[in-house]
Amino acid sequence: MLLWRRLAGLGSGRAPRRLRTAPGQAQTQTQTQPQAEGPGPGRTGDGDGALRPLYMDVQATTPLDPRVLDSMLPYLTAYYGNPHSRTHAYGWESEAAMEKARRQVADLIGADSREIIFTSGATESNNMAIKGVARFYKSRKKHIITTQTEHKCVLDSCRSLETEGFRITYLPVKNNGLIDLKELEAAFQPDTSLVSVMTVNNEIGVKQPIHDIGEICRERKVFFHTDAAQAIGKIPMDVNDMKIDLMSISGHKIYGPKGVGALYVRRRPRVRLEPLQSGGGQERGLRSGTVPTPLAVGLGAACEVAQQEMEYDHKRVSQLAERLVTKIMSEVPDVVMNGDREHRYPGCINLSFAYVEGESLLMALKDVALSSGSACTSASLEPSYVLRAIGTDEDLAHSSIRFGIGRFTTEEEVDYTVQKCIQHVKRLREMSPLWEMVQDGIDLKSIKWTQH
Amino acid sequence: MAASSRAQVLRLYRALLRESQRFSGYNYRTYAIRRIRDAFRENKNIKDSEKIEELVNKAKANLEVIRRQAT
Repeated sequence: MLLWRRLAGLGSGRAPRRLRTAPGQAQTQTQTQPQAEGPGPGRTGDGDGALRPLYMDVQATTPLDPRVLDSMLPYLTAYYGNPHSRTHAYGWESEAAMEKARRQVADLIGADSREIIFTSGATESNNMAIKGVARFYKSRKKHIITTQTEHKCVLDSCRSLETEGFRITYLPVKNNGLIDLKELEAAFQPDTSLVSVMTVNNEIGVKQPIHDIGEICRERKVFFHTDAAQAIGKIPMDVNDMKIDLMSISGHKIYGPKGVGALYVRRRPRVRLEPLQSGGGQERGLRSGTVPTPLAVGLGAACEVAQQEMEYDHKRVSQLAERLVTKIMSEVPDVVMNGDREHRYPGCINLSFAYVEGESLLMALKDVALSSGSACTSASLEPSYVLRAIGTDEDLAHSSIRFGIGRFTTEEEVDYTVQKCIQHVKRLREMSPLWEMVQDGIDLKSIKWTQH
Repeated sequence: MAASSRAQVLRLYRALLRESQRFSGYNYRTYAIRRIRDAFRENKNIKDSEKIEELVNKAKANLEVIRRQAT
């Protein structure tokens, strides 16, 4: 089954044609391209020349930025030393690179480099932060506050803490996906040790009021942890401005490598953690294990690139998102955007198409890589718990699609996705008996479905 | 200063665009070309020679990155 990348067919005429013939001429080196690439749909970068779907799922993961790969390569080839080897140049140069990366990550969030711990990803960072803080202070503090729309790793860490005797409050969210600050204030108890609220949600893209939550927590002297995996490098984050005490960072959401992340742990006032991983005492004793220098260097480079490109990327992503949403909503009726319209990161758009089954729409859009929920829960057929938490009806929750727009997304890709989406939604609705009934003016809620 | 002459900058610009054409990945190729164009356009009215030199050096470094990574 060939999957199309349609550049020529989108009528942009001159520019794409120039792009395609020039590389054809420059390709004098021996590359085994079995079919003639020439003026057809664009090449893809994988060796066998097969065509691949458009990538519109940046919340799941992002491609590696070439600048990041370039910075990592020396540490995968020549400079392969262990950064904790103190006795020779291999160790010293590896350590220097690791420290430089640490500084780059710290600069992005306004922290000191001694406050950054490298981990294997945001999941490990979340586990470390929540379980670590809870267990350290467990003699006096046994309560934790979080929200219902957190990432699975946060919810699961809290669940495991419940079996250890902690009490957890899962704050509900309003219909727009944001938490109610009054409810948060009411949820505090004298023995609350930690509040954990993610900055930008990975499924619906809403941005929580982090400034306000930080204020509230600081007043009550409770630690504030935020999972900033989707927010870092995309919106400005400052740990001092936002009064954040712990922050989880993920490499592969900011055009960096997979398998690396970081945890910001505030030093003033000091946040103490019980380490999850015991060993040789690396990373200030909080996370033992050899720091993977190439991955750390990649994370650092990704953070630096993100800091430089943040404004440009944000402007572009906002424009493309506006284009996508406006075009779809103007052509197709009964489309709901999940999550607040204002307080959001524009690059994550979750739309529910009424009277259309989400899975069938995803399968129809086979030449666009999309998702209908988060990757970590897509194996089950249940609608996402995030959509349930914001009060979406069951049938709308089943018909949701998440569009992700990132640094490398082009206008043509957005236009193609929009065109296909509109075409298939219309086609699927034509086939839908529910749609027919709605067109006839029947109120679906009033129907009594009988058992056979 | 020959290093920051108009001709030099234009040569760099053309070289960057030419090297970017060698990216075989559609997304990388289009990003590189778009970003290069927008960056040069954005900075076209800068007069401070120090700033110009800094930008030219940054462009040269990026040219090396693209040369290495574009396959």
